[in-house]
Amino acid sequence: MEYFVQQLINGVTLGSIYGLIAIGYTLVYGIVGMINFAHGDIFMVGAFVALIVITALGLTASTGLGLSILALILVLVISMIVASVYGWTVERVAYRPLRGSFRLAPLITAIGMSIVLQNFVQISQGARVKPLQPIISGGHTLMRKVDAQGEFVVQISNMQIFIIVVTFSLMVLFTLLIAKTSLGRAQRACEQDTKMAALSGINVDRTISLTFVLGAALAAVAGLMFLLYYGVIDFFIGFVAGVKAFTAAVLGGIGSLPGAMLGGLVIGLIETFWSAYFSIEYKDVAAFAMLALVLIFLPQGLLGKPEVEKV
Amino acid sequence: MVLMAPRSALRSLVTDLVTTSVIALVIFGVMVGLKTDTIPGGLALTPRWLAALEIVAVVVVGRLILHLTWWRRKPGAGASWVPAGIATGWTQGIALLAKVARPALLVFALTLPFLPFTDRYLLDLSILVLTYVMLGWGLNIVVGLAGLLDLGYVAFYAVGAYSYALLAQNFGWSFWLCLPVSGILAAFWGIILGFPVLRLRGDYLAIVTLAFGEIVRIVLLNWYWFTGGPDGLSGIPRPDFFGLPFDRAPGGFADTFGIEYSSLHRIVFLYFLILALALLTNYVTMRLRRLPIGRAWEALREDEIACRSLGLNTTTVKLSAFATGAMFAGFAGAFFATRQGFISPESFTFTESALVLAIVVLGGMGSQMGVVIAAVALIGGFEVFREFAQYRMLIFGLAMVLIMIWKPRGLISGRVPSIFLGARKPVSGDLVSQGEGH
Repeated sequence: MEYFVQQLINGVTLGSIYGLIAIGYTLVYGIVGMINFAHGDIFMVGAFVALIVITALGLTASTGLGLSILALILVLVISMIVASVYGWTVERVAYRPLRGSFRLAPLITAIGMSIVLQNFVQISQGARVKPLQPIISGGHTLMRKVDAQGEFVVQISNMQIFIIVVTFSLMVLFTLLIAKTSLGRAQRACEQDTKMAALSGINVDRTISLTFVLGAALAAVAGLMFLLYYGVIDFFIGFVAGVKAFTAAVLGGIGSLPGAMLGGLVIGLIETFWSAYFSIEYKDVAAFAMLALVLIFLPQGLLGKPEVEKV
Repeated sequence: MVLMAPRSALRSLVTDLVTTSVIALVIFGVMVGLKTDTIPGGLALTPRWLAALEIVAVVVVGRLILHLTWWRRKPGAGASWVPAGIATGWTQGIALLAKVARPALLVFALTLPFLPFTDRYLLDLSILVLTYVMLGWGLNIVVGLAGLLDLGYVAFYAVGAYSYALLAQNFGWSFWLCLPVSGILAAFWGIILGFPVLRLRGDYLAIVTLAFGEIVRIVLLNWYWFTGGPDGLSGIPRPDFFGLPFDRAPGGFADTFGIEYSSLHRIVFLYFLILALALLTNYVTMRLRRLPIGRAWEALREDEIACRSLGLNTTTVKLSAFATGAMFAGFAGAFFATRQGFISPESFTFTESALVLAIVVLGGMGSQMGVVIAAVALIGGFEVFREFAQYRMLIFGLAMVLIMIWKPRGLISGRVPSIFLGARKPVSGDLVSQGEGH
């Protein structure tokens, strides 16, 4: 039971990171109908920018908790801005010239962009794994069990609280942005019918650009959280995390924001429980097999609308 | 309505360049300007501002040059009033060139090992190029003809390679016995993996095939007692000339034919082996295209709903394309294993799938000649940039993006129709909806 609760906490933390990346996939797929293959690598760039800024600020565990959180918010803002510029540029360079072209073309440029970003980071920052000392230390003990095998303590660390709180507040903020602002309205209009949206005076190019910017900013948040949670990053983290986040987006129903978050949580929980109870080597297989199963049996996802095929 | 005064050209140019430099500064400033280095007890930063500023300068100057040359053409200057779809000069020219080039290339490929300038290095490189040509032709059946986007093609390549390695090592089967078995096993896996996922469309199919490719790789990596895990399988038997081994011993290839032993014999044999396999792939594809099954593939690519309403069983049609493509990947895998003598999951990563797909798409999907050109260009390009090993994947990715933007339909976008009235006329690729994966 205690072990289960501990894994549940870990799974929710991991899942909220996947959920943040999944939002980027779901928004872009909803509006342009393409898999933004480079999105996972934008997440990786966000993590690297966060690492660089943290090192530049000289943040360590000995910095006080309040000051650390303030500094981390600064780190968050900087890496969101930089990642947004990356997202915007990728769309401008690789996807916009091919809009309206046949469907495979942007997918190929997306794979190309993903290769470019990975190798760019590998060259500029080196191929070795980058470790980061924990910044927020400490935690709270929730449960304690003493039996013949020894003591088992269920803990939630301050880091996990920070990750979950930041993720969920950003989620709320983002949902409001899509539901209430004119940008959100423009975006939903473009998602339904790009041509009609353009006819009613919506700047489609700008809306699509902003979608990429928002997705990239959220991916950067996920990047910082990933960095804080695992403490190590390298230039290749974007690929696997990207595929899992895409699985999350599909699982939740592509195009649906709460769906992406829910899908992220489910994938995070599956991965954590699989590693905890079965085998850690095959945790990626579990996530990938989940993707195949979902697409086969529930192609519209948990919260998505079924796609109607028109002739 | 009040007309706004047009901004002067100079002013908009300056604004554009300033914006560019700001964006380039954000992109390169942090990533290039500050390098993280691992030191005992944490990380240290090494500033490299000069390098970052140099890159920014290159970007801005590059954009300025583009503004002054390429982008200054009058709008519509390059446009033609011939409707898209009518064969243009480019398509016609390429088609003519291909007609002449095809026999010439074949003769060149057949005589290459005997040409005076050919050395070991060139032969090895040619074998590598031909392996990718074969993989490209195999994938072309799936992507180019049937229009199914497969991002996990390398999984079947891996199945073929491991089938040969395990059968040859554990049972001592010869290469010629293993080759068809590898192909059949790969096709079998194509059917197993294909069956559940083939009702998915387009991008979804792509991502599931990608997931399957990764699953196969992870299983190979972790199934230690069977596949050797990350250590891979070594000591895979080398090919022999229909039972005659390539060695100095009496009864070997050189001894039997009474020629002097040379280590090059095996390489030349491998070269002809992969050439024959590749040509077989091409021949089978071209024949299949004319058969009902090939026509069904192409019809499926164009419109799945129409196919279904005409009574085609789309599942069978898709599965046959998937299995045929997988079979050729299995052959290529068996060849790869016998050539290398060592295989490990490292050789079957997603990058490999992306490379083969890039060859097919950049060449112009469905075009056999395009695959050859793209394979020579990409693999040859890889070799040219060998000195800059660090940068070659970066250049490869950039090339992929740029070629796609320049020619979204691939280098050879013309299509020769399978069925025609009177003369066989090539049409522009804009007329076919390649790989929409409906």
